Parts: sequence; structure tokens; C-alpha cells
Amino acid sequence: MNGRRSITAIAGTCLVVSMISSMLLLRHIDDIRPHARLEDALYISSPKIVKRASLGFDGLMACIYWTRAVQYFGQRLVDRSYTYNELAPLLEITTALDPHLIPAYQFGASFLAPRPPMGAGQPDRAIHLMEYGIAHNPENWRLYYDLGFVYFTELKDYKRASQIFEEGSQIPHAHPFLKIIAAQTAEHARDFNTARMLWTATLQSSTQRDIRENALEHLRAIKVDEDITNLEAAVTNFSARNGRPPSSIAELAGAEHWPGVPVDPDGNPYQLTSDGRVLIEHPDDFSFISKGLPPGYTPGPARFHTHE
Amino acid sequence: MNARIAHIASNTFREAVRDRVLYNLIAFALLLSGAAILIGQISIEIEKLVVINLGLTAVSLFGVVIAIFIGIGLVSKEIEKRTLYTVLSRPVRRWEFIVGKFFGLAGTLAVNTFFMAVGVFAALFYVAHRFSKPDALILVALYFIILEFLIICSLALLFSSFSSPLLSAVFAFSLFVIGSFADDLRGFARLTHGVTRWLATGAAYLVPNFSTLNVISAVAHEQSLSFQLILQNTLYAVFYTVMALSGAVLIFERRDLK
Repeated sequence: MNGRRSITAIAGTCLVVSMISSMLLLRHIDDIRPHARLEDALYISSPKIVKRASLGFDGLMACIYWTRAVQYFGQRLVDRSYTYNELAPLLEITTALDPHLIPAYQFGASFLAPRPPMGAGQPDRAIHLMEYGIAHNPENWRLYYDLGFVYFTELKDYKRASQIFEEGSQIPHAHPFLKIIAAQTAEHARDFNTARMLWTATLQSSTQRDIRENALEHLRAIKVDEDITNLEAAVTNFSARNGRPPSSIAELAGAEHWPGVPVDPDGNPYQLTSDGRVLIEHPDDFSFISKGLPPGYTPGPARFHTHE
Repeated sequence: MNARIAHIASNTFREAVRDRVLYNLIAFALLLSGAAILIGQISIEIEKLVVINLGLTAVSLFGVVIAIFIGIGLVSKEIEKRTLYTVLSRPVRRWEFIVGKFFGLAGTLAVNTFFMAVGVFAALFYVAHRFSKPDALILVALYFIILEFLIICSLALLFSSFSSPLLSAVFAFSLFVIGSFADDLRGFARLTHGVTRWLATGAAYLVPNFSTLNVISAVAHEQSLSFQLILQNTLYAVFYTVMALSGAVLIFERRDLK
């Protein structure tokens, strides 16, 4: 019995030690060899072949491919390697496997359409994806909304955006705001208020945390862009009146009889350069702004504020 | 059910349990709970979809593997161990032996599926925190999976009645794969002409159509399933199972066991 016990103890120890050793060794091997890229791992890029190979379990395969797409996009964003060659094929395989996987269209379009670094800069592929989604889910008004959004925000094709919002508003049980947005887009497309209205509608109509955070971040950016547009107009007026730009924001605020120094949504005062340009103090905190960025500034990955 | 068939069925069930078949439930539980926790962290908005898709796919695949690998040994193992002669020397007919084995394996799979279904619903409750009315559709998907098992069990028994375990496994698994492509086969048949078309269409209808029993994706998206589909799938599975079992009985009745 003692001999048996000792063999058990030795074998058990060997098992645990060799298991831990092999795991540690594998970590070292991972460090020294180049990481496998998804381009290498996407063995089959044809949606039809993947669907056939799934033996009817295409729902599960779609979930796996969707997760791969999310991981691919996230990893590229974190690594700041802003080429997304496999993103569109991954999304196309996902939706071919399961044409009713709505998050793949909604988030997929928001991954594909925006310009780098916020997205893949492929609005045409995003539109193709959304049109495929609408063809397979014609009763889903949100897909029309998201497609119109791509036309509005990325392509600045306000007429087409308005048409799509209008088409979406005809869907039974579509949210009433779609009709209002269609009209607003058609008449006042370039207004900050129209953009604000779109993102507010997104914020209010979605229960998905990521979409709400994204909408909130865009609303903050619109506020900054609008503030800076107004401030720069005030600087121009000041310069015209006084023959020189204001020396500081405080001087400008005094001349304009504002109650205080204008601040960004985080409460930090806007900065004024000697040549009369208005800048934001912490540009990294506003991922989607197009104005007030310091010269030569390179935006990093999007930062989202979880508080609402 | 006749008492002799019930006896053989219960012995087959006991033997499967003794063979630790139900241990697959541990792997299933780990897979499902792991996925439920992991997917929420690495993906977006598909936690519930994954639990349903992964859960039902695992139920189906685990069951198919069990059905094939136990089914193929049901007859050959009895011959190899010579226990078949003891059974058949008693007042047990050969067809009763085959039918009893079938019910025993089907019962094992039903019990296995029941516990897995409990696991699927538990994981679903974990990710969704509540059940909704469309979740009842999962029961229909599980019912269709059991129908699929009945067909596979009967096919495994059919092959087991005349072939070696290895070849039976190859035949049964091949038919499972072909049956998953049954709809495509019919599409190919429509592209041909003349005698080829007749032969191809005949073959397409002869192989089991597993794609009609796979409603996992539809259920995951809460798409309703008609009562007609449930009824006709039930009849289809019953007819197909009876057909394969009849074949197994016919072959086994004529088999020289000396």
C-alpha cells in the first residue's frame, strides 16, 4: 500500500510540474515567435464555404465570426495599426452565416464607416453591409436609421440620408423621430442642431451601453465644435473692431460681456493662441472633435466616458 | 411495449450509464458556463444568442457522437462478448433485441438531453436574468434534436447489424454529414436531367434530412415555428426511424451468428 501511495504521489507531482512547465514554456515560445495575424488565420474568406462547412450550425458560427470581428477591430485599435483589411470579410461572413444578427450590422457599420483611427474608413463597405441587412430584415427600422447615419456623417450625402430616414419612417412601428430627422436632414443638414438631434435620438433610442457611450461622446464633440465655431467668429469680430486679436480668452469674454470664461464640456477653459485660433485644453478627452485641435495633433484610440 | 423489449432497453440504458456516457455532461456544463462568462467580456450584444446557439449545438453534437459511438457497438459488442447467444437462447426474438437496444439508446440520449437542457436554461437565466415567453421555443428545438437522435440511433443500429464497428461509424457519420446537406442535394438534383435527375432526386430524398430538424438559429432569433412543422417533422422522424429499424431487423433476422 505504501509503495502504491508513493507512486501516486510521484505521478501526481510529475503531472502538476510538467503541466505548469509546459504552460510556462509555451508563454516563452509565444514571446519569441511572431504572433499569428488574423490575415493568416482567416483561412476561408468565402461566406458560402464557411456556411456549408458549419453543417447547419451556422448560428453558432456567426457568433464566433462576430466575436472575431470585434476582437480584430479592438486589437487593431489598441495596437494603433489602422489597417482593417479583414474587417469587411469577417462581417460579411458573419452576416452571411446569420443574416438576422442585428448587432453585426449596427456595430459593423460603425466599425467600417468612420475614418481612421476611429474606424476602417470604408463607408462603401459599411453601406453594402447595411443594405444586405435591410434586404434580410426589411422590418427593422433601426437599420435604415444606421444606414442614413453613414450617409450623413461619413459621406455628407444629406439628400440620400434624408431619403433613407424617410424610407425607414414608413416601416410599421418605426420610431416617430425618424420622420422628424428625415425632414430636418433635408432642410438643415449642415446645422450643428441636426447632428445633435441625430446623436440625441441614438442616445435615447438605444439600450445598448456601447452605442449610448458612443452617442454621448459625439454629443460632447458637437458641443466643442459648435463652441469653437462661435468663439472663432467672436475672435474675428474682435479683431475687426480692435485691429488685433484678443490677447486671451478672458479679454474676449470681457469684450463680449459673457458671464465668464467659456469652458468645454469638462469645465476646462478654451485656449486662445497668439494668432487668434481657439484650442481645446485636453484634445484626448474628445475623440470625435474636428475643431480646436493643436497643430500636428495625432488622435489616439477613442476614449469613452461612461457617466451620462 | 412488450416486457422483453423493455428489459433489453433498460439493460442498454444501464450499460451506457456504466460506460460513463453521462460524464459528457460535465464537459457540457464547463463549456456552457465558460462561454456564458467569456462571451460577455469579449463580444458585443450576443450573450444570449451564444448561450442558445452554443448550448443547442453542443446538445446536438454531443448526442450525435454518443448515438453513433454507442449505437455502432450495440450489436457487435454483444456478438464479440458472446452475450448475444445467452440473450437469444431465451425466449427473445431477434427483432425484439434490435428494438430493445434502440429504445435503450434513445432513452439514454433523452436523459442526457434533459440534463443538458437544464444546463442551457440555467446558463440562459445567468446571462438574461429572466426568462421570456419566446424562450419556450428552445423546447421545440430540443424536441427536434431528440428526433434527430432517433434517426441517428436507428441508422447506427442498421449499420451495426451487418458491418464492423469502425465501418458502421464511418457510414453513420457520413450519413449525418450528407443529411446536413440534404437541401443542397435536392438543389443539385434539380440541375441534372433524365435518368441522372431521377437517381439524384431519389438519393436526395433517401438520405435523412437533418437540415429540416435544425431550427437552432431560428429559435435563437425568437422566430416562431408553426405547429405544422412540428407535426410533420415528428412524422418524418418516426417514418425514417421505423424504416431504418425495419432494415436493421431484416438484416439481423437473416444474419448467420454462428
